[in-house]
Amino acid sequence: MTARTAFAVIAFAAALIAPFVVHSDFWMGFLITTLLYAYMGMAWNVLGGYAGQVSFGHAIFFGTGAYTSTILHISFGLNPWLGMVAAAVAAGLVGALIGYLSFRYGLRGSYFALITLAFAEVFRILANSFEFTGGGVGLYVPLKIGWWNLQFPSKTGFYYLALALTCLSLAIGAWLENSRFGASLMAIRENESAAEALGVNAFACKLKAIILSGAMMGVGGTFYAQHYLYIDPTIAYGPGVSVEVLLVPIIGGLGTMLGPLLGSAVLHGAGELARRLMGDVPGLDLVFYGVLLIVMVRFLPEGVIGLLRRRHKPGAAHA
Amino acid sequence: MLELTILLPALINGLTLGAVYALVALGLTLIYGVLHIINFAHGSLLMAALYGVFFLNTGLGIDPYAAIVVMVPALFAAGYVLQRSVIGKASHGKDQNVLLVTLGIAIVIENLALALFSADTRTIDTPYAFEMVDLGIAFVPLPRVIAFIAALAVTAVLWFIIARTDLGRAIRAVAKERQGARLVGIDVDHIFAMSFGIGTACLGAAACLLLPTFYVSPGVGHVFVLIAFTVVVLGGMGSFVGALVGGFIIGVTESLGGLLLGESLGQIGIFLIFIAILLLRPTGLFGSRLS
Repeated sequence: MTARTAFAVIAFAAALIAPFVVHSDFWMGFLITTLLYAYMGMAWNVLGGYAGQVSFGHAIFFGTGAYTSTILHISFGLNPWLGMVAAAVAAGLVGALIGYLSFRYGLRGSYFALITLAFAEVFRILANSFEFTGGGVGLYVPLKIGWWNLQFPSKTGFYYLALALTCLSLAIGAWLENSRFGASLMAIRENESAAEALGVNAFACKLKAIILSGAMMGVGGTFYAQHYLYIDPTIAYGPGVSVEVLLVPIIGGLGTMLGPLLGSAVLHGAGELARRLMGDVPGLDLVFYGVLLIVMVRFLPEGVIGLLRRRHKPGAAHA
Repeated sequence: MLELTILLPALINGLTLGAVYALVALGLTLIYGVLHIINFAHGSLLMAALYGVFFLNTGLGIDPYAAIVVMVPALFAAGYVLQRSVIGKASHGKDQNVLLVTLGIAIVIENLALALFSADTRTIDTPYAFEMVDLGIAFVPLPRVIAFIAALAVTAVLWFIIARTDLGRAIRAVAKERQGARLVGIDVDHIFAMSFGIGTACLGAAACLLLPTFYVSPGVGHVFVLIAFTVVVLGGMGSFVGALVGGFIIGVTESLGGLLLGESLGQIGIFLIFIAILLLRPTGLFGSRLS
C-alpha cells in the first residue's frame, strides 16, 4: 500500500465516523456545505476545468434541479428521491439545449461565459414571473420528515448523502483522468483545433461534458431544496451559486480530481475563520472570497493542489 | 392595438433609458476594444462611483452634475491603478484569468459596499429631479434629457480622443497589434492602463448623470452589468457608435417589453436579444474595432 492509498483510506474512515465525533449542529452544517460544494465544484470542473469551457451561469442547472424535484413533489406527490433523478434529467436537458446552441455556433472563452450568464438570468426572470414556481415568493417544500422522503431527522443523514455525492464526484474525476473521454476533453481545453485535427469530435465531447455537468448540478439543487426546504428565484438562479461553484475548483486546482474537494475545504474553512475573526458583518466573508480568487489567479494559478505538488516534487513545479 | 399616445411616450422613455445604458456601455466597449478583455468589474465600479456621488452630495452638498469634475478624474485614477497593479499582473496573458480577476474585483467591491453601507437603497434630493420638459409629444424628466445629451457628448469626446489625439493613435496601435506597437516604442502596459482608466472614467460621468433619477445600493451594479454587456455585444465590441445605437435599441426594447409583458417579464427581451446576437452575429451590428 502506497502512502497515497493509506492517506485516502484514513481520510475516508475519518469522514465516515465524523458524525459520531462532531455533535454540534453548526459544525455538521459546515461539513455538509463543504461536501455539497465539493460535489458541485466537481460538476463545474467537468466542463470548466477538464474541458476548459468556463461557465458563469451554472446556477441554471442547480436551480432547474431544485425547482424540478420541488414542483413535482408539491404538484404530483412525486417522491423526492425520484425527484432527484428527474432533476438530473431536467438539468441535463437544459445543459443539452445550452450546449447545443453555444457549441454549434462556435462560442468559446468569454462569449461562452457571457451566454451562460444570460441564460441563468432568463431563467431567473421566468421563475420570478410564473405561478407554478411561486414567483418571487418562492416555494416551501412540505415538511414530512423521514429518510424515504429525503428529509432526514438529523443532520447526520444529509451528511452521509453529501459524502456519498462527494465520493461519486471523486469517482467521476478519476474516470475523467483515466478515460479516453477525459483525455479528449483535456485535448479540447489545450487546443481545440489540434484536437479536432487528431480526430476528436469536439462538439460531441463538449456536449456530453455540459450534460454530465448539468445533471450533477441538478442533483445538487434537489439536495439543497430538501435540506433547506425552501427555494426562490434568487437562490436558484442568482449569481451566488454560479460564483461559488466556480471558485471551488479554481482555488483547489482546475481540472484535477481532488481540486474541488480541497478548494471547498479551503474556501469554507477560510470563510468561517474570517467570520470568526472579523465578526458576522454581512458581505465580509464574500469580500474574503473575492480577495482569495484574485490572489489565487495572481500567485497560484494551479490552485492549492499545485502548491502541494510543488512541495512533494521539487523541480517538477512548472509542468 | 396600442394607442399612439401610450406608445410614443414609451418609445421616448426607452430612448432616454437607452442613453444611460449607452453611457455605461461606452467605457466597457473601449476596454474590450483595446485590451480584448471582458471587464466583469464594470458594474461594481459604477456602483462605487454612485456611492461617491451620493456622499459628495449628502456630505458636502455638492450638486451631482458639479461632481463630474471630481468623479471623472477619480474613476480614471482608480481604473488606471487597478489595471496596472492588479488585473494586468494577475492575467499572465490569459483572457480567462482576466475574466476571473475582474469577477473577483467585482465581488470585493460589491461586498465591501454591503459591509460598509448596508443593503439600504439610497437616493438624493435635487430641486430639479421632477422638473419636466415638454417635447410636444411627451413630457420627459429634465435629468433624463440631460443624460441623453451627455451620452451623445461623451461618445463625441471618446471618438475625438481615439481618432484625433496622439494618445488615441497609440491606443489604436495597441488594439490592432500589441507586439508591433511595443516594437515602435509604445509603452503597452501604460496604454492598457490608460484605456482602462478612460473606460472607468466614463462610469464617473455616468454615475453623476444617473443619480438624480436613480438610486444606489450595493447590488445596483447587477442592474447594469448584463445590460451593458448586451449593449456592447449588440453594437459590436469596441465600437462607440455601436454602443450608442445598441443602448437605444436595448432601452426601447426594455420600455416596450415592460409595456407589453409587465415589469417582471419585460426585461426578458433584453436577454433574448443578447443570446440571439451572441449566437448569430457575435461581431454585433457595427463590429469594426476602434478604426
